[in-house]
Amino acid sequence: MTAAPPIEARGLVKRYGHITAVDDVDLTVSAGDVYGYLGPNGAGKTTSLRMLLGLIRPDAGSARLFGRDPLEEGARALDGVAGFVEAPRFYPYMSGRRNLEMVAALDGDGAAGRIDEALETVDLTDRASDKVGGYSHGMKQRLGIAGALLRDPRLLLLDEPTTGLDPGGMRDMRVLIKRLAGQGITVLLSSHLMGEVEELCDRVAIVGNGRVLYEGSLPDLIATTAGRYEMRTTDDVYAAELAGRHVDVSDVARGDGALTFSADEATVAKLTIALGMAGVGIHSLVARTATLEELFFRMTES
Amino acid sequence: MSAEAIPVERAEARRLRAGRPGVRAVYQWELRKLVAQKRTFIGVGAAVLVPLIFIVALLANSGSGPEDVPFGAYVRQSGLAIPLVCLFFGAIWLLPLITALVAGDIFAAEDHNGTLKTILTRSVERWHVFAGKVLATLTYTLLALALYVGIGSVVGGLVYGFDPLTTLSGTTVAPGRALFLTAAGTVSYAMPLAAMASVALLLSVITRNSAAAVVGTLMFSIALQILGSISALNFLDPYLLSEQFNGWQGFLREPIDWAPVVRAAWVSALYAVPAAAWGLTIFLRRDVTGG
Repeated sequence: MTAAPPIEARGLVKRYGHITAVDDVDLTVSAGDVYGYLGPNGAGKTTSLRMLLGLIRPDAGSARLFGRDPLEEGARALDGVAGFVEAPRFYPYMSGRRNLEMVAALDGDGAAGRIDEALETVDLTDRASDKVGGYSHGMKQRLGIAGALLRDPRLLLLDEPTTGLDPGGMRDMRVLIKRLAGQGITVLLSSHLMGEVEELCDRVAIVGNGRVLYEGSLPDLIATTAGRYEMRTTDDVYAAELAGRHVDVSDVARGDGALTFSADEATVAKLTIALGMAGVGIHSLVARTATLEELFFRMTES
Repeated sequence: MSAEAIPVERAEARRLRAGRPGVRAVYQWELRKLVAQKRTFIGVGAAVLVPLIFIVALLANSGSGPEDVPFGAYVRQSGLAIPLVCLFFGAIWLLPLITALVAGDIFAAEDHNGTLKTILTRSVERWHVFAGKVLATLTYTLLALALYVGIGSVVGGLVYGFDPLTTLSGTTVAPGRALFLTAAGTVSYAMPLAAMASVALLLSVITRNSAAAVVGTLMFSIALQILGSISALNFLDPYLLSEQFNGWQGFLREPIDWAPVVRAAWVSALYAVPAAAWGLTIFLRRDVTGG
């Protein structure tokens, strides 16, 4: 028997008036994935996460967490699942610890016994008795993670967890996410920060205007752009002419004091010899794979 | 799938053994949240202070006490008439306001703080949250009412004496009996007050705005009283929630007149049950988009 995947969303649609915030979104997150959910602001990432957590009803489609639909099974569908959408929110008039005690009481299952450990993990032990109303944004963000850890989750949904953090806070948050993923927790990380997704995730879904534009492995996506080279020579005009004559070289373009073209490795080797024999010196030859950022803009702005 | 089976065993299995949290967990924490908020103390404080202010005003004024009000003429004969006068005045706006202060806020505050998503992504169902909040609201409301009547009785008795009370039928009852009838009357009075709480809860769910729900409840209460004061609409009076705040007076007759008491019960239910059902339906189905 194959266990149901941590997340399986099919054909999710959510409309607000005539605006379709989420348009036929399919997502499959497998156990152990650190899954990047990448899109510009307003792409429907948060709305999708809310549907996954049963906070809002899809107009069409279904979401299943470990095979359970929150619309059908209510809170039971969230067993083993934790996380937050947008910034985590707590009661400002109670202390951090008191807030955690409250959510732990609503979790049951010995969650209260994990409070100290969770506070320790997010480094809030010293401020736990202060009222949340006085917390900085970063502290609330960390308290949100602590609240999620109380559920001893197998799946963690994090919505832009580093947004609004200072550089140190962002680094600490990423280290923490890596550590949690290393413990075998499946993570869905929504983000609009390419670097963050490239650093943390092994699979991605890129969304724009409510639609999924790409879903799959991140290395595969990057590899689709392999075979592009940038070259600077002593005579770009002549080099471009030579390259253009070569049947296996395509998309030759000249600009910015460099020459770009597409070819496989064997062809590139032949081309360098041909250039040398023709008396053209090569200053530099660099394989240019696109960054996730370039791919992202290519997909979301086309 | 052994790699999968081990973590699956963890939290869920323990949760099944321990029993899932439900209404009780929500109720306990709703009470703790009320205790941590100023408005709770403003409401309870008003319930304690107003009878005291009434007694101080009586002491400062040597007249005969409020006229044209049930038991108004007897306040200096027996301190036990004081809580009854307070009940009569409290129905106009004070007790509906004290009730609405918390009932109108208890859902709207979650919207204001953005915390609905916090509590609805744990292991309790939405109806658990709704029921826990309703129970916490009723607990607060009944506590405020009990303090209001209790302070009036005790301090009124200490100042003007725990003397026999003249009933609305003109007979006199012993102090013990008077206290018992006051307690029974308070229970009757709690019914329309609970219905008022139910309306405030509904407005709290619908408006998602604490101030709108509190003011809306007061407007509702006052609108009903205006309807009650229009003589052309007298046929409506028996069905107005505001009128049910007088049902308790049935206990202060000899023999006890059960008709207004029974009417207060079913008319209050006529307001409370649909309002609560409507509020629950909205709460179960609503999209939690804030926060």
